[in-house]
Amino acid sequence: MAMTRQNAAPISGGDPDPVTEAVDLICGRYGDRPDALIEMFHDLQDGLGHVPETALKPIAKRLNLSRAEVHGVLSFYHDFHTKPVGRVVVKVCRAEACQSMGALPLIAQICDRLGVGLGSTSAGGSVTVEPVYCLGNCALAPAATVGGVLHGRVDAERVAALVTEMTGEAG
Amino acid sequence: MGVVVYVPKDSASLSVGADGVAAAIQLEAVARGVEVTLKRNGSRGLFWLEPLVEVETTEGRVAYGPVSAADVPGLFEAGFLSGGDHALAHGPTDSIPYLKNQERLTFARMGVIEPLDLRAYQATGGLTGLMKAAGMAPEAIVAEVTESGLRGRGGAGFPTGIKWKTVGEQPEPQKYICCNADEGDSGTFADRMIMEGDPFALIEGMAIAGLAVGATEGYVYIRSEYPHAIATMKAAIGLMRAAGYLGADVAGSGKAFELHVRRGAGAYICGEESSMLESLEGKRGMVRAKPPIPAIAGLFGKPTVVNNVLSLAAVPTILAKGAAFYQDFGVGRSRGTQAFQLAGNIKHGGLVEKAFGLTLRELVEGFGGGTATGRPFRTAQLGGPLGAYVDDDMLDIEMDYESLAAAKAMLGHGGIVVFDDSVDMAQMARFAFEFCEIESCGKCTPCRVGAVRGKETVEKILAGREVAKNIALVEDLCEVMTDGSLCAMGGLTPMPVLSAMRLFPEDFDRAPAQAAE
Repeated sequence: MAMTRQNAAPISGGDPDPVTEAVDLICGRYGDRPDALIEMFHDLQDGLGHVPETALKPIAKRLNLSRAEVHGVLSFYHDFHTKPVGRVVVKVCRAEACQSMGALPLIAQICDRLGVGLGSTSAGGSVTVEPVYCLGNCALAPAATVGGVLHGRVDAERVAALVTEMTGEAG
Repeated sequence: MGVVVYVPKDSASLSVGADGVAAAIQLEAVARGVEVTLKRNGSRGLFWLEPLVEVETTEGRVAYGPVSAADVPGLFEAGFLSGGDHALAHGPTDSIPYLKNQERLTFARMGVIEPLDLRAYQATGGLTGLMKAAGMAPEAIVAEVTESGLRGRGGAGFPTGIKWKTVGEQPEPQKYICCNADEGDSGTFADRMIMEGDPFALIEGMAIAGLAVGATEGYVYIRSEYPHAIATMKAAIGLMRAAGYLGADVAGSGKAFELHVRRGAGAYICGEESSMLESLEGKRGMVRAKPPIPAIAGLFGKPTVVNNVLSLAAVPTILAKGAAFYQDFGVGRSRGTQAFQLAGNIKHGGLVEKAFGLTLRELVEGFGGGTATGRPFRTAQLGGPLGAYVDDDMLDIEMDYESLAAAKAMLGHGGIVVFDDSVDMAQMARFAFEFCEIESCGKCTPCRVGAVRGKETVEKILAGREVAKNIALVEDLCEVMTDGSLCAMGGLTPMPVLSAMRLFPEDFDRAPAQAAE
């Protein structure tokens, strides 16, 4: 199995591209341990906003895994995006505790106000709205995160205001 | 040093503006020329009162809440720094009935100290258990935990001591302690509170487990939705290592125990222990077939203790105060205390640690004060998204493993999600299948395909199409999923579905869609 990978050619003749550079830095941080693959994806996404497809090959090479294995892990976990997302990501909880406090109509209102469908990014690329299943704030439902910051007892108006604050654009 | 004021930094408190309140207090203090020492504690778990500000007075700590930044000048005006009266005042914190009526063992320190203050941890009884364990034979530690009657608080309720014994008896030199902190059940937040508010207790419990079974390495698998818990745990591990309670020589025992934090990535299934182990190995979180059990072949194929946060965090108390002390709480085969989490449509949502055996009514009506909306109570889902719904008539059920099982419900991780009478139970049954569809790892067919077919069939019921026939079909499907799934994801998804159909048949009796229109 490892034989085929030894033949992997360098990405290009010149300077390594930024994705490969990030992969080298991050994999090195974890000593190229395959069990740290999920941590590596997190670090990549924290740095680049998403985990680009072009990262799979260099990761596979460094960790001595097949590209398919790396892809398999990446695609299993809901957290990871393989395409760029909005500048602000809104995650609204639609698990039971939040539903008991009106999460489903809330999600519809939020999408309406921000002009974006659930699970997609607005046309200008400013905001992405995603569902999430439990943020651990179930006594202060409904809950949502805006730009990674948790908010409790939210309504659509507040979420839209927070988004506007972060993007500098009207929602 | 000035007056000590506490403003929690638990993420629930932060989610309703605790940082803004803390800043406002500091600003106002400077403006008024009074000296205030701000401390950032964990949450007491009275979430409807968050941000709950406490002031240390000569008569002890007094509480104000829910405080907004705008309330701060008024609080200064009312003399809250000396316990002055105010519309938001609740008097001495320890006398608030919600808190006073609890039996806090694992959560005794919760909200009392600053989470990363090791000296305060020790001053409030921390590390006593670990110091004791360091001088004990491993078998004696295991025996103490077994005698305490502690059972897995993650949901399965397996006796912790028996699990430890099995791992301890394995001849393999390399063993692991893995803490399952992938608290994905809706309606639960107790693990998060421990990791954010009293992280040393969990670390101490894990170190004791390491000494007990001869494991030299441990992992805490924390869901990515808990960034504050991840940061606090990492910092706490560093402090414990620097103080000699982790590392090459744990608490002078001559034994090593090293601890690492790993982030989850938004997969509910990784709360299932074998799926979590796969994820810890950097793989897809696919459930493993058992046997072998993780105690024999777990992480990297080595004998592994997998325990929930609450199980491990209960251990320091058991070692410090003895098995008999812990045993004394509870009923029947459910010993000790349970961290009940009141969530959803409930007036007084929060954490209630009580001995097993109180009734659901005492929790929902007594502590919880009924629904948040003020509408009539309709149902509560117990034990997370795979737990049963209950109705009015079941409110007098005793909250312990056996009584709940007898009532076709389960305790799970202790979450209680309350719904008012506006809930549509057929929609909740549909959601149970949908959730299983989204979160199934896909390894076994009853779960992977059953969830999809179940959702579709409930949708037919919702549309009023061949209702009786489709209800029978769902029941049949549930039997297959219960009997044929590899793990609790597919195996227990029928629990919310069947309980909803059994207790609320009227919600499933849909009229056919108005095709004529």
